Amino acid sequence: MATRKTSEPFWWLLFAAGGMVAALLVPVHLLVHGLAVPLGWTSISHARMLALAGHPLVKLYLFALIALPLYHWAHRFRFILEDLGLRGLRTPIAILCYGAAVLGTVATLWVLWQI
Amino acid sequence: MTEETMTLEVTRYRPGHDREPRTQSFTVPYRTDWVVLDALNHIKDRIDGTLSYRWSCRMGVCGSCGMMVNGVPKLTCAAFLRDYRPGPIRVEPLANFPVIRDLVIALDDFMEKLRRVKPWIIRAVEKPVSDGEYLQTPAQLDAYKQFSMCINCMLCYAACPVYGLEPAFLGPAAIALAYRYNLDSRDEGYRLREPVLSEAVGVWECTFVGECSVVCPKGVDPAAAIQRSKLAGATDWLLSMIMPWAGRR
Amino acid sequence: MTAPRVERPGLFYPKLPATWWLRNANYFRFMLRELSSVFIALFLVVFLVQLHRLSQGPGAYAAYLETLRAPGWIIFHVVALAFALYHSVTWFNLTGVVQVVRLGERQVPPRLVAGASFALWAVVSVVLLWFLLRG
Ligand code: SF4
Ligand code: FES
Repeated sequence: MATRKTSEPFWWLLFAAGGMVAALLVPVHLLVHGLAVPLGWTSISHARMLALAGHPLVKLYLFALIALPLYHWAHRFRFILEDLGLRGLRTPIAILCYGAAVLGTVATLWVLWQI
Repeated sequence: MTEETMTLEVTRYRPGHDREPRTQSFTVPYRTDWVVLDALNHIKDRIDGTLSYRWSCRMGVCGSCGMMVNGVPKLTCAAFLRDYRPGPIRVEPLANFPVIRDLVIALDDFMEKLRRVKPWIIRAVEKPVSDGEYLQTPAQLDAYKQFSMCINCMLCYAACPVYGLEPAFLGPAAIALAYRYNLDSRDEGYRLREPVLSEAVGVWECTFVGECSVVCPKGVDPAAAIQRSKLAGATDWLLSMIMPWAGRR
Repeated sequence: MTAPRVERPGLFYPKLPATWWLRNANYFRFMLRELSSVFIALFLVVFLVQLHRLSQGPGAYAAYLETLRAPGWIIFHVVALAFALYHSVTWFNLTGVVQVVRLGERQVPPRLVAGASFALWAVVSVVLLWFLLRG
């Protein structure tokens, strides 16, 4: 209880930041990278995409774009599971959800590092 | 001409006899100006005097007549039969609370939570009566007025799935009331209420389903109070991380 | 963990079933809103893979884009887009409720705050589109 008590604001802030990033930025990226480019409505050449993603500021942007909403997911998913009645497993659920988000953050850093 | 009637399906529960609540149907006369509470009173006076339920003011002020009407928490003194035609109307005790008998639920848990948030004006030092009142500008009143309209009817608790799943959750009305006093320019009790709110079963338990604010008969918007308390708590926490030396509010 | 509630004899304690969110439309919409986070996160993982392929050269990148043309992926992205939009709309609607904005002594009405966040969303989206799609 003591640890939950002090860590909740931390996870909530990450959740709120991630929710804001997701709300502001994700729809456009989803439209472009998930639909428009694969379907050929528009094209972004490999060279241009690489030049873009290689820019340090863009990397920072991509990091926020990908990593923060993972915490938004972790927070909401944790409570979905609890709301569906898995209240007996609260601690393991919290560890799994936030743990997955941390892993995702590390993976994001690694991918961006390679570009 | 036969008199128009309406059917009420009322939950009955006799402690010591029934293992579970059951439903009993009553047919009552239909009147355009009758509310569900009138129909219950008719049943108690004319049909079955053993039916138990709470009420007092009959005008949406005392907050004691809350029940589930067709599955939605309502003040039965403000729920008109005419809005539920042709019926039948399902009348059940407020959801999420232990049932004592028929439509009467146990209040102890809510009362204890109310006390815990210290819903009164706290001063570091009381000023002597001879110094006069604590004055407040209209804007300072506006800041908390909405949250002071609560009549403790507990409809918000009945609407809250989180409370249903986790009875330890402090819950909408209690948090809204804590927030109301925290916002009051005359109050200095923030630090005393904060530990209660910032517990895991305090504001952080809430997932912002938002139904509490939908069912509240007084427009209190407890959901807003809870989210704003989270924001305040998280900001406090962040400041204490960045500047541990600075005294918190 | 919180101590379990002590149940008094004679009282009936109702239990909320795990299907409570099917009981009314607001609860159901709440569940959809929370579920949107899953689709957003899945898309971001797919996008991350796309960035990874990007760093592996033009061939790998083109092959991955080809994969994303499969009907299954297109359906996934359409569904995910619907959820992402739902998230944005619900999120900005609620910002006005959560964030109190004051002008001088008066509180700005939550509707206005929500309206401003929708406007911000529109501007950011247009700028982003322009940036991604130019030349
Ligand atoms: S906040 Fe509204 S619903 Fe809840 S107890 Fe107060 S008046 Fe009733
Ligand atoms: S009887 Fe008092 S509020 Fe309904």
